[in-house]
Amino acid sequence: MKTNDIILQTVTKFTLFVIILFSIHLFFAGHYYPGGGFVGGLMTSGAIVLLLLAFDIKTVKSILPIDYIKMVAVGLLFAIGTGAGALFFDMPFLTHAYTYVDLPLLGKTSLHTAVLFDTGVFLVVIGVTMTIIQTIGESE
Amino acid sequence: MSSLHLAVLSPLLLAILIPFLHKYFKNIHTGWFLLPLPAVLFAYFLQFIGTTSHGGIVMETVAWISSLGIDFTLKVDGLGLLFALLITGIGALVVLYSIYYLNPDKEKLNTFYVYLLLFMGAMLGVVLSDNLIVLYTFWELTSFSSFLLIGYWNHRERSRYGAQKSMLITVFGGLSMLGGILMLYIITGTFSITETIQMSNEVVNHPLFTATLILFLLGAFTKSAQFPFHIWLPDAMEAPTPVSAYLHSATMVKAGIYLVARMTPVFAHSGTWVWLVAGVGVITLFWGSFSAVKQTDLKAILAFSTVSQLGMIMSLLGAGAAALHYGTIEDGYYIVAVTAAVFHLINHATFKGSLFMVTGIIDHETGTRDIRKLGGLMNFMPITFTLAIIGTFSMAGIPPFNGFLSKEMFFTGMLRVAEMDIFNMDTWGILFPIIAWTASVFTFLYSMMYVFKTFMGKYQPEKLEKKPHEAPIGMLISPVILASLVIIFGIFPNVLSHNIISPAMGSILPSLLGNGEGFDVHISHWHGPTAELFMTIGVITFGILLYKFMPKWAGIYSKLPSRMSFNRFYDRGLELLELTSKNITKSYMTGFIRTYLVYIFSFFILALASTLFFKNAFKLDLSDVAPIRFFEVVLVLIMAVSAITILFAKSRLTSIILLGAVGYTVALFFVLFRAPDLALTQLVIETVSVALFLLAFYHLPQIRRNEERIRFRATNALISIGVGAIVTMIALSAHSNKTFSSISEYYVENTYKKAGGENMVNVILVDFRGFDTMFEIAVLGIAALGIFAMIKLRLTRGRELDENK
Repeated sequence: MKTNDIILQTVTKFTLFVIILFSIHLFFAGHYYPGGGFVGGLMTSGAIVLLLLAFDIKTVKSILPIDYIKMVAVGLLFAIGTGAGALFFDMPFLTHAYTYVDLPLLGKTSLHTAVLFDTGVFLVVIGVTMTIIQTIGESE
Repeated sequence: MSSLHLAVLSPLLLAILIPFLHKYFKNIHTGWFLLPLPAVLFAYFLQFIGTTSHGGIVMETVAWISSLGIDFTLKVDGLGLLFALLITGIGALVVLYSIYYLNPDKEKLNTFYVYLLLFMGAMLGVVLSDNLIVLYTFWELTSFSSFLLIGYWNHRERSRYGAQKSMLITVFGGLSMLGGILMLYIITGTFSITETIQMSNEVVNHPLFTATLILFLLGAFTKSAQFPFHIWLPDAMEAPTPVSAYLHSATMVKAGIYLVARMTPVFAHSGTWVWLVAGVGVITLFWGSFSAVKQTDLKAILAFSTVSQLGMIMSLLGAGAAALHYGTIEDGYYIVAVTAAVFHLINHATFKGSLFMVTGIIDHETGTRDIRKLGGLMNFMPITFTLAIIGTFSMAGIPPFNGFLSKEMFFTGMLRVAEMDIFNMDTWGILFPIIAWTASVFTFLYSMMYVFKTFMGKYQPEKLEKKPHEAPIGMLISPVILASLVIIFGIFPNVLSHNIISPAMGSILPSLLGNGEGFDVHISHWHGPTAELFMTIGVITFGILLYKFMPKWAGIYSKLPSRMSFNRFYDRGLELLELTSKNITKSYMTGFIRTYLVYIFSFFILALASTLFFKNAFKLDLSDVAPIRFFEVVLVLIMAVSAITILFAKSRLTSIILLGAVGYTVALFFVLFRAPDLALTQLVIETVSVALFLLAFYHLPQIRRNEERIRFRATNALISIGVGAIVTMIALSAHSNKTFSSISEYYVENTYKKAGGENMVNVILVDFRGFDTMFEIAVLGIAALGIFAMIKLRLTRGRELDENK
């Protein structure tokens, strides 16, 4: 018997964006409010898991053709690269810098190299979670 | 690097070249390349006689590990030179003999000569080193090369057994000696033998003295096959005969003798040394000669004979050491024992070397060494027979050979022991001449057995593999030279006395000599009708009588139960050791992780509880405790109930859900204790892990899936309660023992000022302590890759297996 997941799939299509928006909010707010790369990454992968539940692995793979293992590598590169970047400015490894900039739309905003580091964390967490879930899901 | 260093190291250097020479000059017997080296070295060492015979010493130093006091110092004095001459001289003869003994088509000559050269270099190093650590290095190299040589025919089981046995025993002794060396270093602060001898007074009065002495003697006794460590020597006879002749009669087994002689000036002021060396020597002498009589293998006879003769030299050294207590050289009455020791050392090397070579010839030409199969070879091998006569008669102590002279002096030395009035020698000392005399009778007996049972009597061609004939001339050269030396030293013993014996004695008993003095050694054949002469006559008479009536009394050997033998003790000991260690290992390495966890946790409890108890560390201080709120109590109750219910849950599904409940309660605690980041993360992670648990549960095999609740085990309950109690106690004490305030003030102040953030947790994670975070995400990455690899690799392997089917 073929089940009809129309309600689940439709709800997913709406909810997905809310979750992703929430996760991006968590990620960017990390420096000032609760959140950060770790929880943000987990939330994003939660969104993708919801997709996986509503559809199937093949469909999700065609929607998001991402190699999550490479994503882990890229994330680690981000983290280490941010740290190594400080070396070019004659500073110890992993020294972060920040400035306050007046952007046209957003007003006074701070820019951090720590965000780049957090991006690394974010990508690694998504990559790790998705690798685990996808690998286990595909195994028979 | 002096020429002396080059001389000592030259065998090791040549050993590097041997495989190439063997490979590129296939037509020439590899031994020929070797032969010049010991001959040249012999000539080189001969030139030192001029120096040493006047009490001179040559010392050369090459820095090695100077910061630790270890330098490659070589010293040529009378004793070292005597040994160096023995090693190179007999080495040359043995190499010559081996060229004719070993068949280049059947044997791996390259390995043989490499081992032999290693041994020669190591032995030269042992006798010439003045640094104890260097001496030890060379000492172990002799053990290793001897191990390789004994196991040369490694396809034979007996060879491997003999090699292993000698290795275990000699290395045991070597390591004991290393302990002795280190203790001596603690006492004196130097590794130099010369300096140690000068400090002998401090050594004797040090509390570590007895331990040092015993450790050194263990080294010497195991190497020189003294009672009860003699058991490796008869089994070492599985080596090729040139090896037995060289290592196990003339050189390596004398390394222990050398050590005792060398350390005599350091240790001999104590009665322990005199009694141990002389006592063990005499027992070895007796046991060796007694056991030699019952052997039927020619090499076994010679092996026990070597044991016995080494015991004799050892006992003489022990007795001679007592001479140190009688002051000066004028009082030289007791020194004769040392003279006899040095003289017999030389004599033994000559006649035992030639006898081993004779045995090799018999083995080579008849195909057997069994005394019961041999007989009547006199007519076939006249030259070999003559050599055997000379060797055995010298060994038995019959004039005019050199063995007679040393045996006379041996009796003199033993009689004087009985007269000594130190160390209670006057009560028990009388045993020495009695045992020595009895042992000499047995020595006479086996010497006669060796020569007459082999060469006289009935010829038994049916028992021999080949038709016997005289050996080739090349094989005879070396034993002929040695036998001639036996006669020359026998008739003109004084050619040795001034140049060799006296300087060697000078090294053994240096404190008796004033400046520029030397021992006046004169060995004479005829002392007049003294006690020694009658003892010798008695030895010969009783020996002949015993030989005649041998079938009548030989039964006593079978009376001695074989269970009592030291070999059996060694074999059973090894077996027992293996079995016991196997059983011990089996008893605790059960293979169950549960057992190991019990060990780990019990240790955890024991270590922590005893620390708490002995350090009196438990402290309870409630002054700093925050007030307990209602929500906290509720949450603790929920958590405790769900945690405890896990233990009693019947189904695993219940356990998983309860575990989730615990996790979410923890998240609530985080909320309550104002940790929003932790709460968020905990919620998500708990969800993921519960999902994974469910996955694991889903894939459980059907049969075991609905297992009943956890079985109750008293140990488990006890240990888990113990761990919980100990951790609680430590947490309470740690809380009560706060000795300094937290560093969190710094973060509170600087999160915005220095890092431009307001979420302190996150700023600490990515900025203040971002290094940790970097490696934590690395850990996550590794975990993901690990899971990926485990699952994917399992699939491929399964597929391969399927293809193989």
